[in-house]
Amino acid sequence: MSKIKEVLLNPIFNDNPIALQILGICSALAITGSLYPTLIMCVALTVVVSFSSLLVSLIRNHIPNNIRIIVQMTIIATLVMLVDELLQAFDYETSRTLSVFVGLIITNCIVMGRAEAFAMQNGPWLSFVDGLGNGLGYSIILILLAFIKELLGAGTLFGFEILPLVQNGGWYVGNNFLLLAPSSFFLIGLMIWGLRSWKTEQVEVPKYRVAKNSLESEEGA
Amino acid sequence: MFEYYLNLFITAVFIENIALAFFLGMCTFLAISKKIDTAIGLGITVIVVLTITVPINNLIYNHVLKEGALTWAGLSDTDLTFVGLISYIGIIAAVVQILEMFLDKYIPVLYNALGVFLPLITVNCAILGGSLFMVERNYFFVESVVYGFGAGTGWALAIVALAGIRERLKYADIPDGLEGLGITFITVGLMCFGFLSFGGISL
Repeated sequence: MSKIKEVLLNPIFNDNPIALQILGICSALAITGSLYPTLIMCVALTVVVSFSSLLVSLIRNHIPNNIRIIVQMTIIATLVMLVDELLQAFDYETSRTLSVFVGLIITNCIVMGRAEAFAMQNGPWLSFVDGLGNGLGYSIILILLAFIKELLGAGTLFGFEILPLVQNGGWYVGNNFLLLAPSSFFLIGLMIWGLRSWKTEQVEVPKYRVAKNSLESEEGA
Repeated sequence: MFEYYLNLFITAVFIENIALAFFLGMCTFLAISKKIDTAIGLGITVIVVLTITVPINNLIYNHVLKEGALTWAGLSDTDLTFVGLISYIGIIAAVVQILEMFLDKYIPVLYNALGVFLPLITVNCAILGGSLFMVERNYFFVESVVYGFGAGTGWALAIVALAGIRERLKYADIPDGLEGLGITFITVGLMCFGFLSFGGISL
């Protein structure tokens, strides 16, 4: 039981796929402008990653090693196709907003990575939980980004007004900068900074150190 | 006519830059941009693969998958667009594999330069994204060739520019937590804003 809990919770906090492993960030950057499409995207990815892990794990002993990538790819592509068709059938508006990014779940490194790194070695149930955990880890970061961007950028959450904008007779001046897609780069950059100040073992060692001012050091000596 | 294609090319390279406006292929973009040499190699590989796969997928889409496209086979009301995704990724995987074998046998110089990047390319979302945008925008064959080449060039331009900046950043004094990845994200963000200023340009 504790193993399952560990497999589920580890990718959410300690080994987050976006913040630590920098996988699958394309969609994290492009679609986090408002909360609702982000939520749909998170559900789509979580479903795909958990079921692809489950299926890959089920047939892992029957896949010849040299064609495993293409087998995994086929399973993932099939699942993404199902999700895409369902989305177009039940929520056409959101599927327009997400445009190509639903299809791009196929090439999302998180999905391939979990299939290759975890599901090929572990049983179906554990792989499913691992996929779920990674999907949730991805979702937490995306929802956090979308929350910040929609709340501070447009003053709304899920389209409901939280901070009344000046244009509508309120008091909040919307931060239009956050409505532009590239602002996610700054937010993720700052997030990494925060995370690394907290968990200092992740800090990268710079290749070159700036030398001490030569005059100063001479005086000191 | 030439002007139209030139415009399409410029749009794909600058205004709708696939890396800096749509954020595709970001994993590779951030991971393999430490040195200019490698960035150039990867950039050229992406140009080559996009210029080949986008037109092939265009042909597949227009002559096999699209609604009514199978009229020549007597199936006038078949709509196969739902198998689109799996066909495109299959084509991309196959083309990359064939390209690798072809280069290995006939152009070993190029193979040595690009060989290491080719396996990375299949799962690069810039490649699949190129094909998906082509389908979404309904390009015809010649347009798709120009678009594939333009999108590849845009991506290559962006990664070489980022590699140039990162080579200089090595010597900068950066706060500990921002070192490496953090500052790279912020740099890319600034580059995106730079590219936003191209918006609205047309010939």
